[in-house]
Amino acid sequence: MISRFLKLEWKQFFRSASFGKSIFLNILLVFFALYFIVSFSILGVGGFYILKEQFPDKDPLVLVNSYLLFAIVADLIFRYIMQKLPVMNIKPFLILPIKRNKIVHFILAKSSASLFNVMGLFFYIPFAIVLIREGYSVLGVLGWLASMILIIQCTNFLNFLINKNNIALGGLITLLVGGYLVEYFQLFNLASFVGKGFDFIYLNPIVSVVFLILLIVLYIANYKQLKNEVYLDALISEKVEQANASDLSFADKLGDVAPFIKNDLRLMWRNKRTKSSIWMVLVGLLYGLFFYPNPLYADKDFMFVLVGIFSTGTFLINFGQFIPAWDSSYYKMLMSQNFKYERYLKSKFTIMSISVVGLFVLGIPYVYFGWKILLVHFAAMIYNVGVNTHVILYGGTFNRKKINLDEKAAFNFQGTGAVQWLIGLPLMILPMIIFGLINWLVNFEIATLTIAILGFVGIALHKKLMAFITKKYIANKYVMIHAFNQEN
Amino acid sequence: MIQTTQLSKKYGKTEVLNIDALQIPTGQSFGLVGNNGAGKTTYFNILLDLVRPSSGAITNNDIVVNQSEDWKNFTGSFIDESFLIGYLTPDEYFDFIGDLRGMNKADIKSFLTQFDEFFNDEIIGKKKYLRDLSKGNQKKAGIVAAMMGNPKVVILDEPFANLDPTTQIRLKNIIKELTENKEITVLISSHDLTHVTEVCERIVVLDKGNVVKDIETSEETLKELESYFSV
Repeated sequence: MISRFLKLEWKQFFRSASFGKSIFLNILLVFFALYFIVSFSILGVGGFYILKEQFPDKDPLVLVNSYLLFAIVADLIFRYIMQKLPVMNIKPFLILPIKRNKIVHFILAKSSASLFNVMGLFFYIPFAIVLIREGYSVLGVLGWLASMILIIQCTNFLNFLINKNNIALGGLITLLVGGYLVEYFQLFNLASFVGKGFDFIYLNPIVSVVFLILLIVLYIANYKQLKNEVYLDALISEKVEQANASDLSFADKLGDVAPFIKNDLRLMWRNKRTKSSIWMVLVGLLYGLFFYPNPLYADKDFMFVLVGIFSTGTFLINFGQFIPAWDSSYYKMLMSQNFKYERYLKSKFTIMSISVVGLFVLGIPYVYFGWKILLVHFAAMIYNVGVNTHVILYGGTFNRKKINLDEKAAFNFQGTGAVQWLIGLPLMILPMIIFGLINWLVNFEIATLTIAILGFVGIALHKKLMAFITKKYIANKYVMIHAFNQEN
Repeated sequence: MIQTTQLSKKYGKTEVLNIDALQIPTGQSFGLVGNNGAGKTTYFNILLDLVRPSSGAITNNDIVVNQSEDWKNFTGSFIDESFLIGYLTPDEYFDFIGDLRGMNKADIKSFLTQFDEFFNDEIIGKKKYLRDLSKGNQKKAGIVAAMMGNPKVVILDEPFANLDPTTQIRLKNIIKELTENKEITVLISSHDLTHVTEVCERIVVLDKGNVVKDIETSEETLKELESYFSV
């Protein structure tokens, strides 16, 4: 039976939509995974020596122990946000002659092998090996390592018990912040108090059995809870959201593009995938704070352009690169409706332009770092409206990947093709090069002016450019309909 | 009048549709029947210019559908759930479609009141997104949206599937009313021979892309169809 389950898992993995992605993306993902593995391992191997060098009078193991509490709590919070029990795909098994117990055990066992539990091992295992090499007691280190592995598993199962319970999340965050604060004000060192417990395990490795017992208790609790919930009206039910109907009649002022704009606003608020793009906008807006306070970049004017384009254009880039794939799931319907394609594209242009201006206004406080920055941001805004909107709309004609709006957004590369990666170049690098070159050859004012003028040229040619882009979209209509019909 | 001439659609070497000539006069209720893979949906997709024909053309009221987009003014359609915008509530969806079809808020409201019975209180004013509705209710919303803006041609692909018995009967009445004045052409496809013979004055049977039967509906039609399909 188990072997059959495993076979299905294997097929699910290799036949999943995410696996069928382009080779380029797969390489990129593998690269990311390797990066994490390598950096964790390096930290594991080198951590001991780094700590030894930085704090020669302290025992590295004791030092690590005294921060483990934070690591564990942070891990739990991270899991709380990211990790879910994989229950949905057991639906077909419920009506087959398989005991419910077995299904529940399988789900739980599967979860304990998840990536979340594996990552930490790349740190703890090398660290433990180094400890042994450095002459720590073998038994003590093994006991400590066993505790770590068991604690990871415990957090895994604890997470499923407290999941969806906001009080638990609040408690965890309070513990994390409170622990830090009491330590900061030297009232009580909670973390190192807990750390002493881990020191004790090293000295008495047999104590690690406590965590084994804890793990068993948590597992049984999970088992009991889950067994009662593998029903269609409990855990496996799909949540039905209450619609929140907000009044968007203000958009009616925008004329004939209003229906599309209202749709796009709703699209963004009501789908998992797009919601996170909204948070990306905030990150993009604050992007300048990475650079401007840093004296290293103070005289590098060309960086202003990059930040300017990015912070005023973050919505443009996030939203624009998936035009018209956002509408892919009902593209057929749109194509049989009575409107001119230009109107559809104009609505996208309008929404992007408004966002650019809005983000510029929100970014005005950057003037704190110098009037030059504001000036460049202003030019970048015009460039975004005049040039980048058109470039990204044109890029959309190469869009051939359907986007499933209901899927979560983090690490979701669905809908991403090579174009999405390449389009970043003309959007951000080109104005940076132009600006940098003129700034170097002539001066700052002329360079800023050039960027702005390029933008104005784009705005002046708007009608012509849109007509050209529209023609491209219409020419690609059938290919897009066909492509958006495929579940990729 | 919808005129089909020398229409064919090929994917690679396999021909999925081949209609030499087919004329659907204005005001006719036209039924398309056939087993899976017969080419019903492909025909509708070509008629809506969602798929290009390999050869030939369809003319919808004197407009060649893949040359001009003017047919969109008077053609309403519902092919499948992918015609719905999942993240909208039904009300918002009707507003959107109505907007595109040149209706104002009051028009939309009075239009929808006609369908109160059809909706059975499960669609309008409910705080639910279309994606969360049952298949049957999704279909109801899509069918009604296809009738918005006084279309002259209404195309419905398998409208009876997934509907409950009461709604099936109500839908049959709606379709009959539509074609009563012989002004609106209704094209439907169906796997349910009873429904289609009841609603349509003319039934065309497709098999592997070819027209194999073209029947004026009469008392014997159902029997004829049943014997044809019970091979």
